[in-house]
Amino acid sequence: MANEVVLLDLKVSPFAARVRIALEEKGIKYESREEDLSNKSSVLLKMNPVHQQIPVLIHNGRPICESMIIVQYIDEVWNHKSPLLPSDPYRRAHARFWADYIDKKIYPIGRNLWASKGEIKESSKKDLIECFKILERELGDKPYFGGETFGYVDLALVPFYSFFYTFETLGNLSMVAECPKLVEWGEKCLEKESVSNTLSDQQKVYEAILQIKKELGVE
Amino acid sequence: MAEVKLIGKLPSPFVYRVIWALKIKGIPYEFIEEDLTNKNPLLKYNPVHKKVPVLLHGEKTVCESMIIVEYIDETWQQNSLLPNDPYERALARFWVKFAEDKVVSVWRMFGAIGEELEKTMKETEEMLQTVEEHGLGEKKFFGGDNIGIADIAFGSVIYWLEVIEEAVGVRVISEAHKFPRLHAWIKNFKQVPIIQESLPDWDWMVAFCKGRREAVLASA
Repeated sequence: MANEVVLLDLKVSPFAARVRIALEEKGIKYESREEDLSNKSSVLLKMNPVHQQIPVLIHNGRPICESMIIVQYIDEVWNHKSPLLPSDPYRRAHARFWADYIDKKIYPIGRNLWASKGEIKESSKKDLIECFKILERELGDKPYFGGETFGYVDLALVPFYSFFYTFETLGNLSMVAECPKLVEWGEKCLEKESVSNTLSDQQKVYEAILQIKKELGVE
Repeated sequence: MAEVKLIGKLPSPFVYRVIWALKIKGIPYEFIEEDLTNKNPLLKYNPVHKKVPVLLHGEKTVCESMIIVEYIDETWQQNSLLPNDPYERALARFWVKFAEDKVVSVWRMFGAIGEELEKTMKETEEMLQTVEEHGLGEKKFFGGDNIGIADIAFGSVIYWLEVIEEAVGVRVISEAHKFPRLHAWIKNFKQVPIIQESLPDWDWMVAFCKGRREAVLASA
């Protein structure tokens, strides 16, 4: 049976990065199609009519949307190697809880930090640092959030490592000073090929954010 | 078998999702009503979000309503709430996420007046249109012939929306001609025996909503 895997992609998107890392962890061959969000392809509009957003995984012509839902799908279909979620229901609930926390907090608060000014920016900076510290406490002394091996929560968070330079520069903060363990964790994740091959260069992300700021008219 | 306890506050729609999952699976549990004005016990069980519902299963603590529902489904395998096929499972999870992310407008309707109310009603209508067009297809339930996690996720939202509309005196979902599929679905959902016997009383809910709305608007 043909196994056609296409990813509607965006190199600088942390959400698309999650899927690319998962695909590489599993050794899945796929075709990446870079989308231009200012001129969305008819394929994207057809495959994700509800949100019209990337990433979309198209497996044998059928679309799967939402990054962590795609990751769970990949984990369930290609279950022969590199499990991303644990098998125990309680540990799975725990992993889903922290991935959900990351989704609810890191991107929206981070966005407020780089897309706003004044008081909103300052309070976002405080909130973001607080969230990272909470995540650091959850990591504890473990090498990965998943324990001994890279897993679901690591995957959910690691693309945001590429945003650290942006947060530091635009937020006037130091991730190493605020969350040294998290920085260390990010560097450890980068030792994995699936992560280092996928993660956008921090400088590129910063330039992309500056461009978005320009388009939004925010200095 | 370890004891199951649900910490919650009625009539929270999030708590009801967990109640429905427990009842569908036939799991005995103890309900512990949480006093939300005194959050100290919650700080112990849900230090990150300090919210209900919280499921206690023996020594284990699970938070966030739909994460609890998936935990219940994976721990007790009878009366499955998710399909077996990974693609169908991804679709179910997609609609659960939609129910979580996009229904904020429904809760905001509850405390809104004037322009804000108009805005939240419009957002709610758009959300419902999306579900009407893309969510159900020709199926009886999101889960197919039987209710599943997406039905549970939406069920609490839609019932509470109907109550809120009655309490606030507006019509969004009540415009049945605009949402034929959703209306058929709500009717079927309410007729599922477990749902029928555990839905909170309509009159009580409307009175509760009216009272709470008055309090919210008075303090605004």
